[in-house]
Amino acid sequence: MTVQPPIAMLAELTHRCPLSCPYCSNPTELVRKNAELDTDTWIKAFRQAAELGVLQVHLSGGEPAARRDLEDLTRGASEAGLYTNLITSGIGLTSRRLDQLEAEGLDHIQLSLQGTNAALADRIGGYRGGFDRKMAVAQEIKARGIPLTLNAVMHRQNLDDLDRTIEIAVELGARRLEVACVQFHGWALGNRAALLPTREQTQAVKATVAEAARRLQGVLAFDFVPPDYYADYPKACMNGWGSTGLNVTPDGTVLPCHAAETIPHLEFQNIRDHALADIWNDSPAFNAYRGTDWLPDPCQSCERKEIDFGGCRCQALALAGDAGATDPICRKSPLHAQVTRALLDQPNDRTDAFTYRVNP
Amino acid sequence: MTVGLKPEDRPYLPRGVRVHADKVRGRTVLLAPEKVLELDEPGVAILSRVDGQSSMNQIVTDLAAAYDAPPDQIEADVQRFLGTLRARLYLMVRQ
Repeated sequence: MTVQPPIAMLAELTHRCPLSCPYCSNPTELVRKNAELDTDTWIKAFRQAAELGVLQVHLSGGEPAARRDLEDLTRGASEAGLYTNLITSGIGLTSRRLDQLEAEGLDHIQLSLQGTNAALADRIGGYRGGFDRKMAVAQEIKARGIPLTLNAVMHRQNLDDLDRTIEIAVELGARRLEVACVQFHGWALGNRAALLPTREQTQAVKATVAEAARRLQGVLAFDFVPPDYYADYPKACMNGWGSTGLNVTPDGTVLPCHAAETIPHLEFQNIRDHALADIWNDSPAFNAYRGTDWLPDPCQSCERKEIDFGGCRCQALALAGDAGATDPICRKSPLHAQVTRALLDQPNDRTDAFTYRVNP
Repeated sequence: MTVGLKPEDRPYLPRGVRVHADKVRGRTVLLAPEKVLELDEPGVAILSRVDGQSSMNQIVTDLAAAYDAPPDQIEADVQRFLGTLRARLYLMVRQ
């Protein structure tokens, strides 16, 4: 099979974060500070990524601002020729640091939003004062004219505030709002009873996003990640395993997606030991679910196999116990009843209490 | 707001959006926030004239001359292409 080079690299600079969101996309086994890659190793990785064909790097975490060398890393990525995007909660970004990040060539900021007011957002993020600090940082970003995307992670406990979420995005001058309904992996899977939206919310969010996207055309662009338990077909996770993107964890482990370490039989290589191009092209983990030849039925004979590539491998593992199975979100999956049951049980299982993410 | 451009509108690529030579793949792309768009030859030709100074009218006239094509047809192509970019806020206009 001809392997196309990757377009994007998600660089998880650290797993440390002042927030402890119960749906954090980091793995439940977090990397400690003393195992994090140093500045030079990250910059070497950015250069290798650019040579391999990566065009955009997403500086993420944890909270990337927890790295004191974030400015140096931004310069390194920018000098490597990469489009640099900072994915942040805003906590830890000061006026002086934003000035420096701009000077180092930062192209764009994606700012997370946990809720539309301090009481709600701080409870979800598990960090008192976080909302007010975030809003202050957002004003600093706006004043500088740094291109901004607001990433609102939505779930049962904040979906009813979607209208206000959209207003905030407009007020902050964001060009884009990502309405990202929680995906159930890792921490979020453990908090599913507190996060899974109701059927009514799922219908309402689709209508609200569609109406707002029409009303705000040319003012605010929308990206919508719908709640997938209610979907008929699975998401094309990573647009196909090992096809367009890769993820580097704080200790240098290179993954096909941020949750891939949940798949126990795969071994992932580290950029401390191997060239990024070799890992991308030749490592068994990247080739495990690449393309469509490995797909089981019903996917193999399905007309959607080049659309969703059998869905998400990590979700298949979490729900079907087999990372090589059809994603059970798909209504054609023989194990789709697992999803249906979770939805049927949902009203009884419901709780507002979170199990918060811990810090490494 | 409509994303269609008026003849006097002067389109530009805002901060965070730029044309980039993708050397590894031997093509030209538009880099935007968390997005990479492959540009075909007409796309490159249009964006090379998008400088914040030239009006929509001037861009169409210039392209029609360069490609020896009817302005109406060029105008429709340019509207479609720039309108798509504008809807995603990859393109803005000065009046």
